[in-house]
Amino acid sequence: MVEDRTFSGRLFSAVNFILLALIALVTVLPFVHVVAGSFTTSAELAANKFVLIPKVWSFEAYKFIFSTNTIFRALGVSIGVTLIGTLFSMFVTALMAYGLSRKDLDGRRVFNFLVVFTMLFHGGMIPTFLVVKELGLIDSYAALILPSAISAFNMIILKNFFQNIPEGLEESAKIDGCNDFGILFKIVLPLSLPAIATISLFYAVTYWNTYMSAILYLDNSAKWPIQVLLRQIVVLASGMDHSATLDGTVPPPDQTIKMAVIVVATLPILMVYPFLQKHFAKGAMLGSMKG
Amino acid sequence: MPKKYKSSSELKKRLWRNKLLYVMLIPGVLYFIIFKYLPMYGLIISFQDYKPYQGITGSEWVGMKHFSRLFTEPDFLNILANTLILFGMNILIYFPIPIILALMLNELRGTFFKRFFQTLVYLPHFMSWVIVVSISFVMVTMDGGIINELLAYFGFAKINFLLSPGWFRPMYILQVIWREAGWGTIIYLASIAAIDPGLYEASRMDGAGRLRQVWHITLPAIRGVIITLFILKIGSVLDLGFEHVYLLLNSMNREVAEIIDTYVYTAGLRQGQFSYSTAIGFFKSIVGLIMVMTVNKVSKKIGEEGVY
Repeated sequence: MVEDRTFSGRLFSAVNFILLALIALVTVLPFVHVVAGSFTTSAELAANKFVLIPKVWSFEAYKFIFSTNTIFRALGVSIGVTLIGTLFSMFVTALMAYGLSRKDLDGRRVFNFLVVFTMLFHGGMIPTFLVVKELGLIDSYAALILPSAISAFNMIILKNFFQNIPEGLEESAKIDGCNDFGILFKIVLPLSLPAIATISLFYAVTYWNTYMSAILYLDNSAKWPIQVLLRQIVVLASGMDHSATLDGTVPPPDQTIKMAVIVVATLPILMVYPFLQKHFAKGAMLGSMKG
Repeated sequence: MPKKYKSSSELKKRLWRNKLLYVMLIPGVLYFIIFKYLPMYGLIISFQDYKPYQGITGSEWVGMKHFSRLFTEPDFLNILANTLILFGMNILIYFPIPIILALMLNELRGTFFKRFFQTLVYLPHFMSWVIVVSISFVMVTMDGGIINELLAYFGFAKINFLLSPGWFRPMYILQVIWREAGWGTIIYLASIAAIDPGLYEASRMDGAGRLRQVWHITLPAIRGVIITLFILKIGSVLDLGFEHVYLLLNSMNREVAEIIDTYVYTAGLRQGQFSYSTAIGFFKSIVGLIMVMTVNKVSKKIGEEGVY
């Protein structure tokens, strides 16, 4: 757009900029507060209230939370579920998306409808729980992955992306003796890296943030992923029902310790975010546009 | 009938030629059958007195008993009201915010700041509800939370935000806005980017200021997207999401905080009333389906695109 050099235009720009800066500040400050708070001592936190850069650095909170096995184990579960789940989900999603992206496939309209219908209507929590239970998945890590292995939304985004790849490429590969698997893995997937990156990130974040499946399907607290542990340490101990805290006799953990656990549970997302931000903005637009 | 024979053999040939594509569909189709369609079949337990050890085939049929219980149970009516109030807040307070934010971001000069602000406001969307709720809890807690410390500093009484029913709804909607508003701008920004720049130049010739351009060009251009998203939102009327509210729920704010999803969990899995809570879930899904179809039809009637 052409620069607007009138006085009212400049005033508009200035006010707009200031408002947006304030919004951005409000968005990040709570998190900065938590990160800074986790790296200082409880005394410092209590004295300074709103810490943005700790005056006294301290790793006590982290030392404390890593002094027991609990956090390590929960992190291990979350990392494992995220890695395996993302790979598995991408694999089955790509297979299905590719099959449905091919216009010469008979019955693709029926399959498409069956997928879209699940976005409009579903059996709900209890019937799904009963299916998972009947399959013997209760208390298994598979219960964190299988029931949400394919997101209909992600599958449709990927399918639309595949459909935009010129058909000529596939045909010439076929003439060269490539079968459908070869076309998918050697031609279509390498050409779809932005979409693959986006959807992998969506799946990875979903698996990292797994909470509901865990409280529904895991009874054994030794198998809890980090999000469930986080709730146990922060939410239940934050002056809610004290009877519901871990044991009732233990005093609620220090602010700095709660903050450190929040940081640990968020860290992986903060680490991948800058690298993939460019991709997912593009990919999400791609998915949200009708196609 | 030679012709028909010919075409069916042709179909067979086509099916056979694409056999690998069908093999590729197997895992996905199995997934949707097992984890999406089997639970739909499972909805029939809402017409039974389901006993886990007797299964669907062995349990006794009771007709509409559980559904009629829904509308006579004061508990359920209260929960329905809570759900509708939170939904109303989502529509009235949250829904316009991403639109306004997208319009503001679009008016920002200089791609660096645009990118920078976008990066910052997208971020919370990737944090789980547990993280969002945890961050706000350490901020509002009575023992040393920054908000209460500030209240005390300025001479006000501390407030127990977590246990007072009056604060549940404001906290809920603020968290929704904090987590989703930035992410919600993506689709609006994408459709704003598709607007013909010539329109703005022409309007400037006619002497339109920036605000008038937003009002007369940008907003009308994204009307279709706004309506589509509105339809999707309406369709999810009873579907607020389990996690967020479940995390905020406690024995003190239950009166205002219990919604359909959390109630299904408590009544179904905690108290073992499988059939009754499945009936609640069924009711919720049907209302959602009817809402989407109705609003979609209405939007097509008034000349908009609709979702499907």
